[in-house]
Amino acid sequence: MIHSKANRRYQFIINTIMLLVTVIMIAPLVLLFMSSVSSEASLLNNGYSFWPEEFSLSAYQYILANGQTIFRAYGVTILVTIVGTSINLLLCSMAAYALSIRKLPFRNVISFFIFFTMLFNGGLVPSYLMWTSTFHIKNTIWALIIPNFLCGAMNIILIRTYFMTSIPEALYEAAKIDGASYLYIFRRIAVPMGVPIFVTVGLFSGLGYWNDWTNGLYYINDAKLYSIQTLLNKMIQDIQALQANATAASSGAAMQIPTVSVRMAIAFVALAPILAIYPFLQKYFAEGIAMGAVKG
Amino acid sequence: MVTGLKKNKKKDKLTWVQFKQYIPLYLMLLPALIYLFINNYIPMTGIVVAFKKYSKKKGIYGSKWNGFENFEYLFKNDAGLIVRNTLLYNIVFIVLGMVVGVTLAILITDVLSKRLKKLYQSAIMLPFLISIVIVSYIVFAFLSVENGMFNNSILKPLGLSPVQWYAEPKYWPFILTFVNIWKGCGYGTLIYIAGIVGIDPSFYEAAKLDGATKWQQITKITIPSLVPALITMTMLSLGRIFASDFGLFYQVPQNSGALFSVTQTIDTYVYRALISSGGIGRSAAAGFFQSVVGFALVMGANALVRRISRDNAMF
Repeated sequence: MIHSKANRRYQFIINTIMLLVTVIMIAPLVLLFMSSVSSEASLLNNGYSFWPEEFSLSAYQYILANGQTIFRAYGVTILVTIVGTSINLLLCSMAAYALSIRKLPFRNVISFFIFFTMLFNGGLVPSYLMWTSTFHIKNTIWALIIPNFLCGAMNIILIRTYFMTSIPEALYEAAKIDGASYLYIFRRIAVPMGVPIFVTVGLFSGLGYWNDWTNGLYYINDAKLYSIQTLLNKMIQDIQALQANATAASSGAAMQIPTVSVRMAIAFVALAPILAIYPFLQKYFAEGIAMGAVKG
Repeated sequence: MVTGLKKNKKKDKLTWVQFKQYIPLYLMLLPALIYLFINNYIPMTGIVVAFKKYSKKKGIYGSKWNGFENFEYLFKNDAGLIVRNTLLYNIVFIVLGMVVGVTLAILITDVLSKRLKKLYQSAIMLPFLISIVIVSYIVFAFLSVENGMFNNSILKPLGLSPVQWYAEPKYWPFILTFVNIWKGCGYGTLIYIAGIVGIDPSFYEAAKLDGATKWQQITKITIPSLVPALITMTMLSLGRIFASDFGLFYQVPQNSGALFSVTQTIDTYVYRALISSGGIGRSAAAGFFQSVVGFALVMGANALVRRISRDNAMF
């Protein structure tokens, strides 16, 4: 209170700095969006800019009219995200529950078996060779779901720690005295109580699937199986692909293809769901980030 | 497991009955263990491919051994560059990430308005959630030679000639560092905010009574209190100093060959060698090198953390 004037000045300074930082964080996304709603002419004349000379929704109209490839890729991403995240949560929560039972024989050995995967890995070459030549996963939808993302030590450890700290052991004991089996306790006690951790872990698993482009890069050549990130990646490699697709779809109609803005529009569409859920689930995102650093 | 328990008759009957109740738990563990066995452990054994002349017909385990031939090739030609790039970028990322993270954390915790505080926190975490492919599109919007924002809206009005961003290596250490910090600083900031919130407020009250300036409070209370968190974060990143973010170094420079001297890291090298014809040997050798050194570093870093503060060690 004594230094209120100095305090006010300090608040003014730090808020100015932080507003500037906020602008730096957000501005690139604004540029992405603005590029997607610029007319092709202003993009070609003035380049990408924060405030285009002429606005146009033609990129989005183009996607709506000619976007079979894009819709398909979007569908693949949604499918992969839902299936992958569900299996991930199921596998991880079951394993985590078993490991949260302190009396389980061989618990330490099994925990180490899981934890060790975080310390050492075989690298890309052996896993690539295994998935392609033993499991023949190339150009199947499984290539986008199974390698690397289906279940991980970190998720198991996070859920296990949550079970162990938030479900008192006495609860298990009481349930056991009443004749409940471990499976029953899992369904009736652990799962309902674990919802917050499932949301956090599921969110990051889903984010991992939604944003993944590496499995698509390694294992998918078939355009039918492109996820949205794979599609964006292939588009950089081969910008012509989109034009070829467009001429096939609307040959004859001498329509100007807004390639530059369409690319930005697809990128924005791929990002939009994350931006849409972020404000509502921010708490869980923050918790997840913070927990990732806590020891497992 | 079960037969082993049955040997000792008297005790066993009891143990077996007890053991039986755990069977559902083992069944619940099984899917995850099978997955980790396939996804993680089989490739660990496949790491021997680095010492073989891989033939597709014979597979990893059937291929002929060729000693250190793959490594000889790797170390004679490319190892210096990729190790240098990987290490230097990581060192810069660790140091800058720490400075930026701590600074932002101090600023944010000092903001009085709850609403603004939340806004700032949300903003700095947002880039963390964006896929690196989309980030590369955004970077392209800034740096594209014909349409890029920099060339058109900044350099042109100043009367400067456009820069061929994707062909000039000298800019990329700065660009990649900026992108990395932009995308990743939210993570560290969040950790440090948690650390600062945990500091006993009476320290600050006492310091204020003694007439300490804001700067003195930061250097004498806040930063020393963050030291354990800083050590843990540094050790964790030191353990990963041999790994690089494949997406950052592959996508953001748009796979531009002209930039390889400053963008090629171990991870991009492993991938590029793998897809190039006849490159599987050196790819596997680089991967082996990365895995083994990486493992040694993680173990070493953890041993160090254990010595400094046991609670912060990973295991």
